[in-house]
Amino acid sequence: MPDVLALARAQFALTAMFHIIWPVLTIGLSLFLVVTEALWIKTRDPDYYRHARFWSKLFILNFGVGVVTGVPLEFEFGANWAPFSAAMGDFFGNILGFEGAMAFMLEAGFLGIMLFGWRRVAPKIHLFATCMVAAGASMSAFWIIVANSWMQTPAGGVMQNGRFVVQSYFDAMFNPAALWGVGHMWFACLETSLLVIGGLSAWYIYRGRHTAFFLKSFKIAVAAAILVAPLQIFLGDGSGTTVFKYQPAKGAAIEGFWHTNPPGVAAPWAIVAWPDKARQRNDWAIEIPGVLSLLATHSLTGQVQGLADIPRQDQPPALPLLFYTFRLMVAIGFFVFGLMLWSVWLWRRGALTPGEVERHRWWLRAWIFAVPLGYIAVEAGWIVREVGRQPWVVHGIMRTEQAVSSLAPGTVLASLLGYVVLYTLLVIAFLTFARHVLRQGPDIKAEPPPLNPAAPLRVEAVMPDNPED
Amino acid sequence: MDQVLSLLTNIWFGLLGVILALYVLLDGFTLGVGMLSLFSPTEERRGILMATLGSVWDANETWLVLLGGALFGAFPIAYSVLLQALYIPVSLMLGGLILRGAAFEVREHARNKHFWNLAFGLGSLVTALSQGLALGTVLQGIPVQGTSFAGSAWIWLKPFPFIVACGVISGYALLGATYLVLRTGAPIQPRARLAARFAALFTLAAAATVTIWTPFIYPQVAAKWFSVPAIYYIAPLPLTALLAFLMLWRALARNQEGMPFVWTVVIFMASFAGLAVSLHPYIVPPALTLTAAAASPITLIFMLTGIGMLLPVMMIYNGYQYLVFRGKVHTSGYQDSH
Ligand code: HDD
Ligand code: HEM
Ligand code: HEM
Repeated sequence: MPDVLALARAQFALTAMFHIIWPVLTIGLSLFLVVTEALWIKTRDPDYYRHARFWSKLFILNFGVGVVTGVPLEFEFGANWAPFSAAMGDFFGNILGFEGAMAFMLEAGFLGIMLFGWRRVAPKIHLFATCMVAAGASMSAFWIIVANSWMQTPAGGVMQNGRFVVQSYFDAMFNPAALWGVGHMWFACLETSLLVIGGLSAWYIYRGRHTAFFLKSFKIAVAAAILVAPLQIFLGDGSGTTVFKYQPAKGAAIEGFWHTNPPGVAAPWAIVAWPDKARQRNDWAIEIPGVLSLLATHSLTGQVQGLADIPRQDQPPALPLLFYTFRLMVAIGFFVFGLMLWSVWLWRRGALTPGEVERHRWWLRAWIFAVPLGYIAVEAGWIVREVGRQPWVVHGIMRTEQAVSSLAPGTVLASLLGYVVLYTLLVIAFLTFARHVLRQGPDIKAEPPPLNPAAPLRVEAVMPDNPED
Repeated sequence: MDQVLSLLTNIWFGLLGVILALYVLLDGFTLGVGMLSLFSPTEERRGILMATLGSVWDANETWLVLLGGALFGAFPIAYSVLLQALYIPVSLMLGGLILRGAAFEVREHARNKHFWNLAFGLGSLVTALSQGLALGTVLQGIPVQGTSFAGSAWIWLKPFPFIVACGVISGYALLGATYLVLRTGAPIQPRARLAARFAALFTLAAAATVTIWTPFIYPQVAAKWFSVPAIYYIAPLPLTALLAFLMLWRALARNQEGMPFVWTVVIFMASFAGLAVSLHPYIVPPALTLTAAAASPITLIFMLTGIGMLLPVMMIYNGYQYLVFRGKVHTSGYQDSH
């Protein structure tokens, strides 16, 4: 039987990689719901109300899976990583507590109103509830990435008697990896959600279902994605330079770079290669001279530390995995950027109008094709970040093998199998019912509740009980 | 310094108590309704039960998430010891919560509802059972060496935790039944009244057994209960609970709608206070005290300013959500129609 460490790592990998699929859409879609709802109140065009109702059906399914897969993670730290939790809880646990209090509670406290309160509160109060749900979701990304960034580049305290004691909360929270990490993750959520919203809208347009209706959501998604795609590349570049500065072993691993370049000589960059940890070199590689210095340090001959100059026990595992998942993410980043250039070009030539839009078949197909790409990039990015952090759980302070609980392997294996079964069930259920929602399509005759801007804002928020109207 | 730490840990013990109490009451009735749904004769009625919860179940469950985070931050050692010691009950609980949560979101869409009905009811039951086992195991005492757990994964497999679990299951069922009395009308309400009576009797029996059993097998608890100042503030608690039981019975007999739930809450609060007093100053009995398990003062203060201050705000907006959805539920399908 595999040892506890391997099983606990596998369990974390499974549960975290599964959980992250859902919040990504929650974060972006909740913001999109804010936009449609605000547009409805502002323009009084009922289609925006119908958009809000339609997309929130998808939202609720997605959100449910996100919640039920997040809760196990919260308890997994103590169960499988007890020494880590005991030693790092002062900062790490504290931040998870903040996430619960500021983000999850806010989200949950207004979710019911957002989903079921359309006819129970005034439209503006409803909009407020939607804003709170969106704010809660985005804040949860902030706190969780702060906690995770601190594991990448710990700061703001010292180890005393085997425990991390915080000295400066500011330094610990705003550790070197935090702001780039939060930004890159948050934009990943936006980009992924925009690809989903835009891609699904393109699919309806492509099939000729409710073209005018879905043109509205398509336009919002295209416009926002045009802004987000280049910014995401910029933020990824910032994350990359931070990695090279503070986690040189990870940086060298994701680039398959073995030998530190001498001063004054630019480091070459491998486009493709097969890094081989046993032989401490690339089995083969296609390299472009000089480019890595520029990418990693933004200077022509900046020094990049090579893996061979890092003690072997401090080198990350699974080098080819790191190398290629990183390239996959970057490729997706540039593909989406290209798609946006295409979209700008077509938009300026008037393609985003009824009667015109459905004629650009290849462009619509490209958008449909892009629906899963954000998710793939997110998973790839997380593998880079988390596997690249190995063999440390808290970089430079605690090794992963010191962090694992002393449990019987059978116990961990049993719970791992339990997750495999339950998560398979969740995926099947989600796909079945999401398909059902998408096939059914929007209710384009739905009557919105009265918008009453002429009257002063109603004082009492609660409307008379009117269950079946 | 030691006094500051002791004060801070006591404050955090109190705050965690508040969060735990809120979780137990709120998710308690949610889980209770879930368990009772196993006895619903028709889809329509089951739909109504779920509709009474649709707008709040996620918020109720989130108190558990907050509890986990706050315990992790304020008492990291207790968090790591407890989760390792309760590995199996906690894993079962998470499985139960996954099934229940998924059922909430998809049952409405499902054509074959049978599977999701079971997921909803059994998920709730498993969750309640494992929470009871966890509580019983903690009361029974958890072996600790230094700052780590030093026992087997099976320490919960003893009679005492199972008695406690019976109490928790029937207590949650009681909360759920009295909540249904409040939120529904005929034909569900009369059945909920009947269920409340059964659940009340079981809860009473389990609570009495636990109260009598505990001092006999756990001398440290006995010593505490019967020591002189403690007995004065411990003794009124079972009396309060007993009185609340009688009032509950009367309220059910008189067909009152809101009071049964209120008296059930009183019963819970009295038991809760009894637990807290018996545990203090230990967070993981019999060895780990609050100060031994606590984070450093700077962390406790930082968390106090953040989470402590937010606690009242959270209660306000959660309360607002309840206010918006108050009133009787007569139809299934909690998606208000367009
Ligand atoms: C839509 C998703 C998406 C896209 C298009 C990109 N990324 Fe990314 N990337 C992520 C989504 C992501 C992520 C999932 O959000 C990660 C994982 C953890 C994190 O904070 O962001 C991430 C991590 C991550 C890391 C690791 C950071 C660390 O280990 O601390 C680097 C170096 C990059 N990215 C670089 C890039 C570059 C140069 C990109 C474009 C050309 C790029 N990413 C596109
Ligand atoms: C949700 C997105 C995330 C994904 C996909 C992810 C992925 C992974 C993977 C694949 C591993 C196993 C790495 C290995 O052992 O080789 C891992 C480990 C771990 N991650 Fe993450 N992670 C995510 C977020 C986080 C966050 C936000 C935190 C902290 C707040 C975190 C904390 C940990 C810990 C404690 C481990 C176990 C120790 C270790 O193996 O290093 N992860 N994660
Ligand atoms: C591995 C570390 C992680 C842990 C311990 C964790 C914990 C949790 C928990 C406990 C929940 C349920 C909250 C509730 O009851 O409402 C949840 C949901 C959520 N998580 Fe995570 N999470 C992790 C990773 C992430 C990451 C990386 C992100 C975002 C970037 C994220 C964003 C969210 C959001 C927005 C929700 C709300 C539900 C949903 O969106 O589906 N989480 N998470």
